[in-house]
Amino acid sequence: MVKAIINSIPVEVAENTTILDAASTVGVKIPNLCKHPDLRASAACGLCVVKVKGSPKMPRACCTPVQEGMDIITHDAEIVSVRKTVVELMLSAHPNECTVCGRNANCEFRRTLSDFGIREEIFDKISPQLPIDATTGVIVLDPSKCIKCGRCVVVCQEVQNVWALSFLERGIKTRISPAGDINLADSPCVRCGQCSAHCPTGAIIEKDDTDKVWAALQNPKKHCVVQIAPAVRVTLGEHFGFEPGTNLSKKIYTALRRMGFKAVFDTNFGADLTIMEEASEFVERFVHGKSALPLITTCCPSWVDFMEKFHPDMIEHFSSAKSPHEMLGVMAKTYYAGKKGFSASDVEVVSIMPCTAKKYETHRSKEMNASGYQDVDTVLTTRELSRMIRQAGIDFANLPDEECDHILGEYTGAGTIFGATGGVMEAALRTAAYFVTKENLPKVDFENVRGLKGVKETTVTIAGKEIRIAVAHGLANVEYVINKIREAKKAGAPLPYHFVEVMACPGGCIAGGGQPYGVTDELRAKRAKGLYAEDQGLPRRCSHDNPYIQQLYKEFLDKPLSDKSHHLLHTTYTARPLYQR
Amino acid sequence: MDIDTMDVEQIRKDVDEICKPWEGRPGNLIMILHEIQNRYSYVPRRISFEVAKHLSIPLARIYEVITFYNYFKLTPPGKHIVSVCMGTACYLKGAPTLVEAMGNHLGIKPGETTPDKNFYLQVVRCLGCCGLAPVITVGQKVYSGVKPEQVPAILAEYK
Repeated sequence: MVKAIINSIPVEVAENTTILDAASTVGVKIPNLCKHPDLRASAACGLCVVKVKGSPKMPRACCTPVQEGMDIITHDAEIVSVRKTVVELMLSAHPNECTVCGRNANCEFRRTLSDFGIREEIFDKISPQLPIDATTGVIVLDPSKCIKCGRCVVVCQEVQNVWALSFLERGIKTRISPAGDINLADSPCVRCGQCSAHCPTGAIIEKDDTDKVWAALQNPKKHCVVQIAPAVRVTLGEHFGFEPGTNLSKKIYTALRRMGFKAVFDTNFGADLTIMEEASEFVERFVHGKSALPLITTCCPSWVDFMEKFHPDMIEHFSSAKSPHEMLGVMAKTYYAGKKGFSASDVEVVSIMPCTAKKYETHRSKEMNASGYQDVDTVLTTRELSRMIRQAGIDFANLPDEECDHILGEYTGAGTIFGATGGVMEAALRTAAYFVTKENLPKVDFENVRGLKGVKETTVTIAGKEIRIAVAHGLANVEYVINKIREAKKAGAPLPYHFVEVMACPGGCIAGGGQPYGVTDELRAKRAKGLYAEDQGLPRRCSHDNPYIQQLYKEFLDKPLSDKSHHLLHTTYTARPLYQR
Repeated sequence: MDIDTMDVEQIRKDVDEICKPWEGRPGNLIMILHEIQNRYSYVPRRISFEVAKHLSIPLARIYEVITFYNYFKLTPPGKHIVSVCMGTACYLKGAPTLVEAMGNHLGIKPGETTPDKNFYLQVVRCLGCCGLAPVITVGQKVYSGVKPEQVPAILAEYK
């Protein structure tokens, strides 16, 4: 521990604590635009300068560790004036398009301008006119609005290990771009949207598809149905003043119904269905030795894209089961449509997802049209849904609770935990154990796969057999797991794992690229807690116990991995080049 | 040589040869990029892809370095590289008027190549012979005390 003084207040913090973090422990907020709690300090913005008595320099608080006996001043007239100049210089390179910017309600730069009371532009405008890149179809990169904080680059390179984004050129010409000024769609970008979730301004935002959904809702020829992902129920509330992690699925059902959806389904049902197929696949491979182990989960479209680009040698290990919302989409256009007397083309499926990559998943391969039409028509992120709720004049906080619609709405606790890292693994183990032993486990909780540790390795024993598992989240953490598998295969050594779960975003879908801004590990933990609490409280916690899933197989699909299931619920993977150009 | 039509095996062979002396040495990327530019007169994208594979680094890292330094070129320069020194001494002795004269005569801006690919014009910071200011070089040949009106005659040598 080291002792120091900040603005005459004594502080005692662990060694190597930065001045920025130390100040926050005594209620002192030092402004900054580049430091994000998820990311290492890059010292890019220069707003967090402070004074240390005895030093002629103004060090940056985000990357200066507190040293024993330091006497630090974080705010005086001179410091504030320096910061104000920094803000004014940033403004000179930032377009005045706030009124029509996707971040106008929650831009960190705009808030900083407001805090500093900037009322005029002192410096000449030099904002460069750089082309907008919307080629991914899921995120929109507008480099003219970039303040060069570097968060997107750090998250893309270091947290996700994708390296789609980089800083090109230097000085005033610095800009964010894929290598060689190509489009993002031609780069290794896996569309996870973590750049958009960390960007402080409107330089990277999700593509807005709300107009498309309003049009579908107003089209009398369309029977518009909707589904909400597991992770959306515990985060949407943050946009409406609820505590993070509050489970609001029943208010969300009400809101969606009031917006005009004819049926409100729950992706948790799709998750239960995914587990039926995926757990069967695991049992096939683990017990009956059909095709290669380990089995790797594929619910996360960014992870799938990442694997197809960076690790195509792992394709044989990939579960062919589609992700939950795609499964629900195709069931809505076949099974549900059939029961209602509609044809697949009459039904419009909208998915509310925590994720930007899900927008891409809807057309990633021909299997996503298993119903004969695109199975999911439109994907909206949590952020887009919150805007639609406001546009519809719905007082979300005061809505009554309603139930979702059958026959694609009922779900178990296994479905709901899909939204957090480790959740898919835990849900699959519950059902795999049942498939092997024909009885439910006495205890269905697998605490070892929960939590925010980057790679979680553990073993579970089912019917006397040891299953070695790994759970990774944040794509940079995948390398370790993949390398272990690769090395064991090369050496002909025993497999390090039998079953692997990967989610691209740190924390899983609860902190996906389309979720409310400002995520931190503290927030991730709260959101995940909301999901696990729901699981704990549900009468059924294993996917195979879902009566509507049982009915679906009885009436329509026959059994897991049946020909029909294969046709409708499974997909294929293909190696893709890192760069198209 | 035309990189676009170059055989991929030849590219790999070239890259192996260029990278070999720098294998495993810290900071080797920049030295390798120097060698590449010396050989091809710019850093072609096809070569960068192979360097990324060879060194197991992301392509984005290579482009960050290439674009950070003015020295590296991403497009092939013309046959003759015209460098106008804008170091302090040359600047004071009228280098800006030389840049203007060159640009007008060739119809291009610094950093560009003439449509016939004969000349590439660039501005450099100090060629290290301030006593001869203002200085230009065409390829390896140095011209000292250049006046704007001499520009057409100098360039005519390279038609």
